Amino acid sequence: MIRKTVGGVVEATEGVKDNMTFMLGGFGLCGIPENSIAELVKKNIKGLTCISNNAGVDDFGLGLLLQQKQIKKMVSSYVGENDEFERQMLSGELDVELIPQGTLAERCKAAQGGFPAFYTPAGYGTEVAEGKETREFNGKMYILEKAFDADFAFVKAWKGDEAGNLIFKGTARNFNPCMCGAAKITVAEVEELVPAGTLDPDHVHIPGIFVQRIFKGERYEKRIEQRTVRKKEQE
Amino acid sequence: MLDKNGIAKRIAKELDDGYFVNLGIGIPTLVANYIPNGIEVEFQSENGVLGMGPFPFEGEEDADIINAGKQTITTMPGASFFDSAMSFNMIRGQHVDLTILGAMEVSEKGDIANWKIPGKMVKGMGGAMDLVASAENIIVAMMHTNREGASKLLKKCSLPLTGVACVKKVVTNMAVLEITDDGFKLLERAPGVSVEDIKNATEGRLIIDGNVPEMVLD
Repeated sequence: MIRKTVGGVVEATEGVKDNMTFMLGGFGLCGIPENSIAELVKKNIKGLTCISNNAGVDDFGLGLLLQQKQIKKMVSSYVGENDEFERQMLSGELDVELIPQGTLAERCKAAQGGFPAFYTPAGYGTEVAEGKETREFNGKMYILEKAFDADFAFVKAWKGDEAGNLIFKGTARNFNPCMCGAAKITVAEVEELVPAGTLDPDHVHIPGIFVQRIFKGERYEKRIEQRTVRKKEQE
Repeated sequence: MLDKNGIAKRIAKELDDGYFVNLGIGIPTLVANYIPNGIEVEFQSENGVLGMGPFPFEGEEDADIINAGKQTITTMPGASFFDSAMSFNMIRGQHVDLTILGAMEVSEKGDIANWKIPGKMVKGMGGAMDLVASAENIIVAMMHTNREGASKLLKKCSLPLTGVACVKKVVTNMAVLEITDDGFKLLERAPGVSVEDIKNATEGRLIIDGNVPEMVLD
């Protein structure tokens, strides 16, 4: 067994520097690498390019990095829940590249799987396609999208073992598996870190080969963005 | 004239037994409340769940189980979770039967704009561009006119496009319209709305072929 465990978040984030490109898992605030983000805030490195579906909210998730103006560029599909983000974007302090959500996922997967680029129909005929190569296949138009090139991927899983094998829970899975192995170094934080041999190999979602460093997150707030419920009487 | 729930109710009649359906944020979400009796459909949410159920009971919400609107949800028997790439494989690979989404503008050619108002609202396209570029059947749910009273059914969209020539049908508070090679074909009128009202509220080319029936909602 090749051991991937590191002492904690400090060791896990060793080597992060100004002007690097990071991938960060999560959809909204669901399944975000909370502990890694907190450490990046503490390290206060600047000029970052962050690839993440969303940009957090004002006081949580990537919003914390935005508050300290650590992010130079965001690559996302939807950024609607963050006032500070909007302010920085409209004032020109923050560079924003908005791309279709499926394209975002696939550009991660392409980097993971060794594809330099791929064709997708998403965005054809829109401003997303501007400056990109287009091509017709079977009578339909597609645009060429390229794999991401990132220095670190920060992902969050539910359970992991010493070998870096990961299991995700619910919709906290989202972009996390797509980003594993898609950057030079993948850092996985987990709620539960177990000895090798504990996880059933049949239940592993992401094999440890895609993960360089794994640690147990100290605490998880798991903030809910939209708490929607129904009353028992309604049944 | 229909309200938002009325639009959702009318669209629900387009559902068929065995359909996998992706619902956008806003009016489309309401469609789940009006599934016709006797049919089974499964809802896909692009953040990674198929077989989405209703909101959880108070106290049972789980931060790890949400929909694409970031709302806490539950799952139905037979549900599954998956990553974002697989989710969009379902969408781009046309495994999802029907996509219902909102729009700011729709053109008579079936172009749709719903992600950006330059200089004003820049939230992003989320999964909308993937959905409209691939789905075989796309229904738009929206109000016929905007807050200023201007038509949202246009000759040509004025806002940045989400997709081209992709919308098949539009259900508004006033009418059901099909996108044809010649423009918006008026299929049904909302209760209390005349063909003349619809003509006045539609900027794009409107095709009226014979008698236009009133919608049947129940």
